[in-house]
Amino acid sequence: MLKNRIIPCLDVKNGRVVKGINFVDLQDAGDPVEQAKIYSDGGADEICFLDITASNENRDTIYDVVKRTSKKCFVPLTVGGGIRSVEDINKLLNCGADKVSINTAAVKNSKVVLESSKKFGSQCIVVAIDAKKNGDKWEVFTHGGRNNSGIDALEYAKKMEENGAGELLVTSMDRDGTQIGYDVDLISKIASKVNIPLIASGGVGNLDHLVDGIKLGNASAVLAASIFHYGKYSVKDAKEYLDSKGIPVRI
Amino acid sequence: MKVTIVDYNSGNISSVINSFNEVAKDKVNIEVTSNLEKIKTSDKLVLPGQGSFKSCLDALNKIDGLTETLNEFAIKNKKPLLGICVGLQMFADVGYEETETKGLGWISGKVSKINNQNGKYKLPHIGWNQINIVKDSKIFKNIENNSHMYFVHSYEFIPNDQSVIAATTDYCSDIVCSIEKENIFGTQFHPEKSDKGGLQLIKNFIKL
Repeated sequence: MLKNRIIPCLDVKNGRVVKGINFVDLQDAGDPVEQAKIYSDGGADEICFLDITASNENRDTIYDVVKRTSKKCFVPLTVGGGIRSVEDINKLLNCGADKVSINTAAVKNSKVVLESSKKFGSQCIVVAIDAKKNGDKWEVFTHGGRNNSGIDALEYAKKMEENGAGELLVTSMDRDGTQIGYDVDLISKIASKVNIPLIASGGVGNLDHLVDGIKLGNASAVLAASIFHYGKYSVKDAKEYLDSKGIPVRI
Repeated sequence: MKVTIVDYNSGNISSVINSFNEVAKDKVNIEVTSNLEKIKTSDKLVLPGQGSFKSCLDALNKIDGLTETLNEFAIKNKKPLLGICVGLQMFADVGYEETETKGLGWISGKVSKINNQNGKYKLPHIGWNQINIVKDSKIFKNIENNSHMYFVHSYEFIPNDQSVIAATTDYCSDIVCSIEKENIFGTQFHPEKSDKGGLQLIKNFIKL
């Protein structure tokens, strides 16, 4: 039976972890490679890096991070943030990323998704959708949630599937950072609209939220950042809790 | 000993390279090449494959003499070869992804889209699934039955001869996820991304 995945996400800026817990035995708490290794040893089903490096001159730092991580972690590695072109994707994959998550570039130019999924295969193309509720619908935001594209999130999700996305990473901008739980309404609506797997993101504050993302949102995978970083829960805690609620997980 | 990962522009193979290097440490020579002479003189081959059945075969056929060299290696000389994902699927006679495409024809059978029961199951089949080991294959040494492995695929290999099946996994129905026929081995899942169990499988293959 296919298991629901738990994906810890690390925010990386200029090659360093932005948030992050000071685990014991960690030589360098700011090193994304060491953090990723702790997650993969702890049973994370995948690792996600979100590169939030703002300046262009430091953009190359992520390549080094990915290169070093892929030599130490033998679970899938997804990298997102700042991807603008097919060439950027090629570079990340060559460094050892298994998947890339494309956000703004996919909204600006859907050909990036079409071309990259043809060139590298759908399996490595994740389209990240940042959505915010407006009345009775959700709109797609770009540039890290700063710009409203006005595009309907549900229709956009379907279009990205048609363009060859292998998975969707759906983040609720209303919930992101609030720790009050996923927007399961948004998640479930998109999940039922598409036939590709959906990763739920944005708003996790406790383990019940992960359960809701899967049971109510019908997500194939749940992504969370802060609950893992600050040591509130380990990936193992999360898996055991999901298991106790009857959700199939890899233990 | 020399293990060669065949680099024929089949997509992203850096994870395969990293995992083999991790297992081999410095004891086994891991080569990554499409050079025919180097392939011929290898002790073992790894045939990765990402993207579609057609794109992988097209890429293979683009390199002059590569399919002949692989045939000689695996069929005539019967040296060990491991196909991963589409690498395994290419063993078949024919595949139906994008368009009907002729495979290597090493193991009689076809590659078809997984029947997801009219959308009841999501495709691609992405994530960790348990394997049901049905044959005492050498590559599963020290790997427990029902171990989890990482999958990403929408197409499945359906061999004509059931006896080549080494393991299956349950998604929509029993899907063939590993095969063994004499010196030819294959996994539909990605051992390079399957954590400890996957690394053990790679170790078993290197040790053959």
